[in-house]
Amino acid sequence: MLSFELSEEQQMIRDSVGAFAREQIRPAARPADESGEIPVALVAQAWQLGLVQGPIPESLGGNGDTRLATTGAIIAEELAWGDLSIAAHVLAPRLLAFPVLEMGTEEQRQRHLKRFTGADFAAATAALMEPRWDFDPTAMTTVARRDGNSFVLDGAKCVVPLAAASDTILVWAASANYDRVDGYLVARETPGLSIGEREKNMGLKGLATFEVELKGCRLGHEARLGGEAGADFRRAMSQSRVAMAAMGVGVAHAAFDYARDYAKERKAFGVPIATKQAVAFMLADMAIEVDAARLLVWEAAWHLDCGEDAHKESYLARSYVAASAVKVTDNAVQVLGGHGYIREHPVEMWLRNARGFSALEGLATV
Amino acid sequence: MIDFEFEPQTQKRIELFHTVAEQMMRPISREYDEREHEKPWDFLNAMWAASTAPGGDPMGGGDASGQGGVKLRNVYTVATTEELCWGDAGLFLSIPNAGLGGAAVMAAGSPAQKQRFLAPFRSGKPKWGAMAITEPGCGSDSAAITTTAARDGDHWVLNGNKIFCTSGLMAAEKSEGFVVVWATVDKSAGRAGIKPFVVEHGTPGMSVVRVEKKLGIRVSDTAAIVFDNCRVPVDHLLGSAEVKRDGRGFKDVMATFDATRPIVAAMAIGVGRAALDFVREFLAGQKVEIRYGLSTRRLSAVERDVMEMEVQLKAARLLTWRAAWMLDMGMRNSLEASMAKAKAGLAVTLITQKAVELLGPLGFSRRYLVEKWMRDAKINDIFEGTQQINMIIVARRILDYSSKELN
Repeated sequence: MLSFELSEEQQMIRDSVGAFAREQIRPAARPADESGEIPVALVAQAWQLGLVQGPIPESLGGNGDTRLATTGAIIAEELAWGDLSIAAHVLAPRLLAFPVLEMGTEEQRQRHLKRFTGADFAAATAALMEPRWDFDPTAMTTVARRDGNSFVLDGAKCVVPLAAASDTILVWAASANYDRVDGYLVARETPGLSIGEREKNMGLKGLATFEVELKGCRLGHEARLGGEAGADFRRAMSQSRVAMAAMGVGVAHAAFDYARDYAKERKAFGVPIATKQAVAFMLADMAIEVDAARLLVWEAAWHLDCGEDAHKESYLARSYVAASAVKVTDNAVQVLGGHGYIREHPVEMWLRNARGFSALEGLATV
Repeated sequence: MIDFEFEPQTQKRIELFHTVAEQMMRPISREYDEREHEKPWDFLNAMWAASTAPGGDPMGGGDASGQGGVKLRNVYTVATTEELCWGDAGLFLSIPNAGLGGAAVMAAGSPAQKQRFLAPFRSGKPKWGAMAITEPGCGSDSAAITTTAARDGDHWVLNGNKIFCTSGLMAAEKSEGFVVVWATVDKSAGRAGIKPFVVEHGTPGMSVVRVEKKLGIRVSDTAAIVFDNCRVPVDHLLGSAEVKRDGRGFKDVMATFDATRPIVAAMAIGVGRAALDFVREFLAGQKVEIRYGLSTRRLSAVERDVMEMEVQLKAARLLTWRAAWMLDMGMRNSLEASMAKAKAGLAVTLITQKAVELLGPLGFSRRYLVEKWMRDAKINDIFEGTQQINMIIVARRILDYSSKELN
């Protein structure tokens, strides 16, 4: 039966993650953007929330929580409200952990999930994007050729978060005849894999991202996610799109909140600028866009939770959020006027982050 | 728990209403648009028979309480409204039922008044209810109403001019229906003095002086009604006659809108979906594929347009479902109802205009219904609160401003 109500558990998670975003992440957002560094202590604190280890089964040392895309979307939005870079950083291990959890063989689960069940943050990541203007997950150019009992990977990836700190990277690559895409668990020391200099980006400046090159990277047959059966890339993409969209909603929501509060404080012609329709209507539009975007994300996530691949729903939700997050953050800068352009306020950072985030794929998953 | 599935009873009804839309509305859609003020009596009688039959529900309006098993009644109403308006929004508005007048009785009337005025809608000949708020000199500014109600013994005497009254002709003169008229009992009291009165069909002093010619929804009559010393019994005033300075009377108007705005949003969505479905089928026939999942940088302009239409429609629909669901859960939904209405009205206006553009001369031609849907869609951005009025309501709520602080 139609419902827009979170479960009690989801409500609790939203409250606790929301409080963490407000009290811990937000104050660290600007320093991270300026310095490019996220404090180790903050990352350690975030780890205690159990965002990665939660759904890992108890038999492997995790908490054995039910993993729901709707819950994942709620968490991603709350964290991103605090800061996108920090949210993407603390959630990055999911990029490897969750596909292995859902699509890996028993052996892969045994081998790769235990590292996430310790007390300390365990960096891990996945490589999806490629450094081309027309990058398209349905037309991947990184290729995995089968050679006897092994796979040989060739190609280039970019915007791979935490690549330098990760022991293993889940590399998404097309088969030799381009008829399917699979994930390959590549150890960092594998010959042929090289990690470039840290990328310099317009936004998400706190998040360390890298180009990753694969040249004749030879892997054992056990490296392919899901073994002979392979992985469900379509579903993995939907999960990624839902997470990315949820984070876009988070940054849009942050920008709306900030602009609304500012407009009620800031006076012009003797009255708060929010009492002027030109400003009030912008804010109303922002509020509608944030809510509409969130509902689209929830709906796509719900389809995933029903066991569907949610291909169209997640794609449309993602494309809607990509546009609305940019629009809302741009409006926030506009509401603040000159002050919005100054780095003293966070809105210019959110505009940069939203713009970048909306053009990227594969930086998060639920 | 978040859930986007309707209850089974609602889902079954949606399917039934889709059949009605497809087989009874679409075939006469063009004809009655062209004939403008003529009524499709076969269709209207069939709808009335269906709604007054045991277990029937008021097709396209009013109170769905006849639907025993349905828990979320407002959700049911918006979901079925979308289906019927996918068929034809003008025909939907013409279906005999208590309409907005009924909504006002439900929102502001006493139990006895509800029983007395709404019971006739469950049997007998087809009837219409209507609501008269707008005047030649005031539209969005409902508080500026000049129609007066003066007490004279056991009666109220109404004087004034009302316009843009949907189904006003059918309610006032062509059936045994009624019109809910909003009038002021005390001009000095402002909003607080504005009260709703039920004026039954054929009451002396009430006369329809004009039926408007419109851009769209042409089959639905939009009446101008004059009240000239029109006398109604005292118990035809809905709610209390007392003028409370806290503006209670006017809040009843607003309470009506909380329930009806999601319905208008759903109407818009039905029209928008009709246009989108048509475009999609047309393009499929031309072997134009819509490739979901591709990088947006590799999509054609047409693909981008179609996807944008689709997701905008979906966003509007989700906002609408939420607003209706809140009402069903007993939550205050003024903000969400206005969000849904503002979003749906504008989105569907743009979607239907885009549909005409995408089909070029075929979209412009009256050979297809696309141009009609564009004309029909536009009303949803205007009635039950214009786009701008809804935006101002949203703005006041999110900023926590009164109407004095933000106007």
